[in-house]
Amino acid sequence: MTIDGDDGPRFDPDGIDRRGFLECMTWAGTGLLWSVAAGLPAAIGMRQALAAPAATPFTFLQISDSHVGFDKPANPDARATLREAIAKIKTLPSKPAFMIHTGDISHLSKDKEFDDADQIIGEAGIPVFYVPGEHDLIDEGTGAAYLARYGKNAKGAGWFSFDQNGIHYVGLVNVVNLKAGGLGNLGDEQLAWLKDDLAGQSASTPIVVFAHIPLWTVYPDWGWGTSDGAEALSYLRRFGSVTVLNGHIHQVMQKVEGAIAFHTARSTAFPQPAPGTAPSPGPQKVPAGELRKLLGIATVDFVRGSEPLAIIDRPLDG
Amino acid sequence: MPPIQSDSALTRRAALLAALMPPLFIHIPAAAEDAAPNVTVIRIENFSFTPAGLTVPPGTTVTWQNNDDIPHTVVSPQKVFRSKPLDTGDRFSFTFAEPGVYSYFCGLHPHMVGTVTVAR
Repeated sequence: MTIDGDDGPRFDPDGIDRRGFLECMTWAGTGLLWSVAAGLPAAIGMRQALAAPAATPFTFLQISDSHVGFDKPANPDARATLREAIAKIKTLPSKPAFMIHTGDISHLSKDKEFDDADQIIGEAGIPVFYVPGEHDLIDEGTGAAYLARYGKNAKGAGWFSFDQNGIHYVGLVNVVNLKAGGLGNLGDEQLAWLKDDLAGQSASTPIVVFAHIPLWTVYPDWGWGTSDGAEALSYLRRFGSVTVLNGHIHQVMQKVEGAIAFHTARSTAFPQPAPGTAPSPGPQKVPAGELRKLLGIATVDFVRGSEPLAIIDRPLDG
Repeated sequence: MPPIQSDSALTRRAALLAALMPPLFIHIPAAAEDAAPNVTVIRIENFSFTPAGLTVPPGTTVTWQNNDDIPHTVVSPQKVFRSKPLDTGDRFSFTFAEPGVYSYFCGLHPHMVGTVTVAR
């Protein structure tokens, strides 16, 4: 849902703001500013967010797919665009409480890539919660380097939960033990942990779930989905407000199913094509001058009341 | 044992003959297969293996080459072989000694699947 203009979002009876949905299907954006209001998420454009006087008592930020180390034609310097994204974060009118990074921090899981990512992201000066993407687990120890660096307080392959400002956050890992012919995968151990973790939460607690690969099926031909994601979502149906934040597909896409709102964030490194519009989901090379309209971050505002979570996608340029 | 000179001349003649002969007519004796195994390349392009299905005789070395801008891996679910992550241009080779059907996939993008069938 996109808040665009003075009158705010308009929702169809099924809760989907069609205009906003279509806007979110476009490419431009550096980021997603999430605001949680009355338990449902909504996205607004970066320009509006910067201009809005916005009584937003609590904001957090999503950043994704930095791919530090990527240097191919689609973006010869992924470090530079990550730096730009962090610089953008520092100009936000209200400082986000923290940042979540939805994976693919590095391109090849090299120490130097993680070091550089940490140094650049650290410039934002706010806490960061990470979940891994498949690019973060291709070290010799298949994920040992990631866990040593980011998983100290996590369970299993790096999943965890925490509470802040009345919201329960769950970081999930769906990029390990992938099966031939399959999609993203959570696995039985993590699902059992999730079920147990959510059991203690009241149905009125807003829930924010984040993971690298979309938890809903976006485009199975390109592997854009999670094979046991539906099982995880079944544990979330009883809650009044659920926001699912993902990365991996390097473009903004969202939908609402009942009280569950799904949203994917842009990459800070390179865009990928819309489903089925190219021979493969590989990095999309765009004309010079267009790249920064297709990269970005997202902020989320949480306001207790009768409004949905407000998500703002913010392109690096625009 | 023939004189050294004549042996050397024979070798030269054989080499010349081999160079001039079209490959179609070269007979490779069974014993030579081990010494000079078949090499076959599977290209990794556009998030797929090409060819996705390949049949080779035993002893063939299959090489996967990644031509994508994104790393891929080549993994046998039966744990017969497993490559390191292959960045752009990287290669991984495995020699199939035993007949059988070997399925494999990309451990990073598991929708990418392929099969090597080894048959006499």
